Amino acid sequence: MSSDVTPTSKPVKTTGLHIGAAEPGCRKVDPILVADGVTRTFGGLTAVDVDHVEIPRGAITALIGPNGAGKTTFFNLLTGFDKPDTGTWSFEGRSLAHVPAYRVARMGLIRTFQLTKALGLLTVLDNMKLGAKNQSGENLFRSVLPFLWRKQEVEIEAKAMELLARFKLDAKSTDYAASLSGGQRKLLEMARALMSDPTLVMLDEPMAGVNPALTQSLLDHILDLKSQGMTVLFVEHDMHMVRHIADWVVVMAEGRIVAEGDPHTVMEDQAVIDAYLGAHHDTDLGATDTENVEVLKELIDDEQ
Amino acid sequence: MIDWTQIFSNAAQELISPVTAAYALAALGLAVHFGYTGLLNFGQAGFMALGAYGYAISVLSFGLPVWAAVLVGIGASVVFALILGIPTLRLRADYLAIVTIAAAEILRLIFTTNTFDALTGSASGLQGYKGGFADLNPIPKGTYGFGPFEYNEYDWWVRIVGWSLVVIIALLTWLIMRSPWGRVIKGIREDEDAVRALGKNVYSYKMQSLILGGVYGTLAGMIFVLPRAVVPANYQTSLTFFVYAILLLGGAATILGPIIGSMIFWVLLSFFSGFISRAVEAGWLPFMTQVQAGQLRFILVGIAIMLIVIFRPQGIFGNKKELAFVK
Repeated sequence: MSSDVTPTSKPVKTTGLHIGAAEPGCRKVDPILVADGVTRTFGGLTAVDVDHVEIPRGAITALIGPNGAGKTTFFNLLTGFDKPDTGTWSFEGRSLAHVPAYRVARMGLIRTFQLTKALGLLTVLDNMKLGAKNQSGENLFRSVLPFLWRKQEVEIEAKAMELLARFKLDAKSTDYAASLSGGQRKLLEMARALMSDPTLVMLDEPMAGVNPALTQSLLDHILDLKSQGMTVLFVEHDMHMVRHIADWVVVMAEGRIVAEGDPHTVMEDQAVIDAYLGAHHDTDLGATDTENVEVLKELIDDEQ
Repeated sequence: MIDWTQIFSNAAQELISPVTAAYALAALGLAVHFGYTGLLNFGQAGFMALGAYGYAISVLSFGLPVWAAVLVGIGASVVFALILGIPTLRLRADYLAIVTIAAAEILRLIFTTNTFDALTGSASGLQGYKGGFADLNPIPKGTYGFGPFEYNEYDWWVRIVGWSLVVIIALLTWLIMRSPWGRVIKGIREDEDAVRALGKNVYSYKMQSLILGGVYGTLAGMIFVLPRAVVPANYQTSLTFFVYAILLLGGAATILGPIIGSMIFWVLLSFFSGFISRAVEAGWLPFMTQVQAGQLRFILVGIAIMLIVIFRPQGIFGNKKELAFVK
């Protein structure tokens, strides 16, 4: 795993992001994304129930939590890929409620996916070009007249090649993206997201399935986003990575935000330990075991 | 004895026949839908029927000139595409397939029913709408051509218009698909969420694609009926599947594929049916009647499609890396 990777350089942490005590839902000095009362239920299951959360601008915020905590669902809600039952949320002061996903992206909030969505049947370069905003050639009527979009296309291509070079994918630009390795696809997806000059980049498990050698380069790229003035919000399971690059950590469990704070203090928070290990992790397992057996027996009885 | 020259000459005629051109156009429409956008449109027969009836009814019942009749047909297919697309394009691809196949059947049954006999001619269809188109013909009366390709001035006029249209539409599609618009469309084919996350209005692009390919189908329907009559029985679901066969034969995400595919399909079909019916006549296939022989060619088409899908899933011109029918 990536826990034995030694960081090449000590990243500079951004501090002083919050106002008042670092507690769930605390106010930030300069929030870029604010969510209020966002809930989403699937049948009887409440997947997300967030009272209030603010994401600080110009920092790297990690969204962590055990499996099933509702992190990805919350991501989908924020980016318009899913519709919440209740709630309001705004990006740079503009409300995002009922805004379709493509408009959210145009506002400068670009996301990536847990299961990488590199378009394998397009070339790497075409993948990149697809990311650029406001292309006049993407209009059906203008598309048949190449002289209307040729100039912009050249500019986009230059920008794409520059980004690809930064992500060390330039040698692959004419290959189909399907020929890339899993890690390279993650890089491509991130590079493609940057084509639109986003202000907030939301990465859903950027490290999932990436080998340790590539992890370091991905980490550097994420830190790079911050140094270029972008805000990053990412979901991650790898605590080493979270501690290493995150300036702020938001912890979710069972759909709620249970803790917030800088990475080092938050990991010692009792609520976080409970969320990850279970509130009764130090009680005798024997008792729970018999309970489970009883419940199982009842279930079996019900079945019959 | 079998008259081989007759069989070959009949087959060769299919190379430039208006039917071949019409199927090539319809297949180009499906290339836009299925090959480039990934939309499973199983109602291309419906778009073709709208072209045929839109043109014929405009001319016969409303006395419109040729250009207006063409516009009416195109308008009808745009409306049809909107009706199909608005409820289904937000859903998964399979729903569009179900809705299109049903909608095309509904259209055919509306055209067949006696209720609208005055307009549609019900089951016997429509004819006598060729006057305006024939008047535009600059070719003087007479018979022209060589070898198997000898036609009168009207037949040449239909072929010239039909194939010019194929060339124009093919060039247009080629231009569109190499533009940024085509790039978005090809992205949607693979993963629409990824494209949506990049700020593209996927719904709108799918609708544009549905309309564009549908209009191609409508033009195909018009070319299809210019040398013959409008008969509702022509627009059964099997028509859509023949067009799909052509598309897969040539290559789904290609421009030349649907055109050459249509030529190969019709030449082979004509060759098989000619050969089998004459072979039955000559007593080579004693276990078969003429009626059975007429059906055998479709069995051969089925076998041919299976062989293509198994051994050349990308079609003749397709790029296996970009799109194969079976992955």
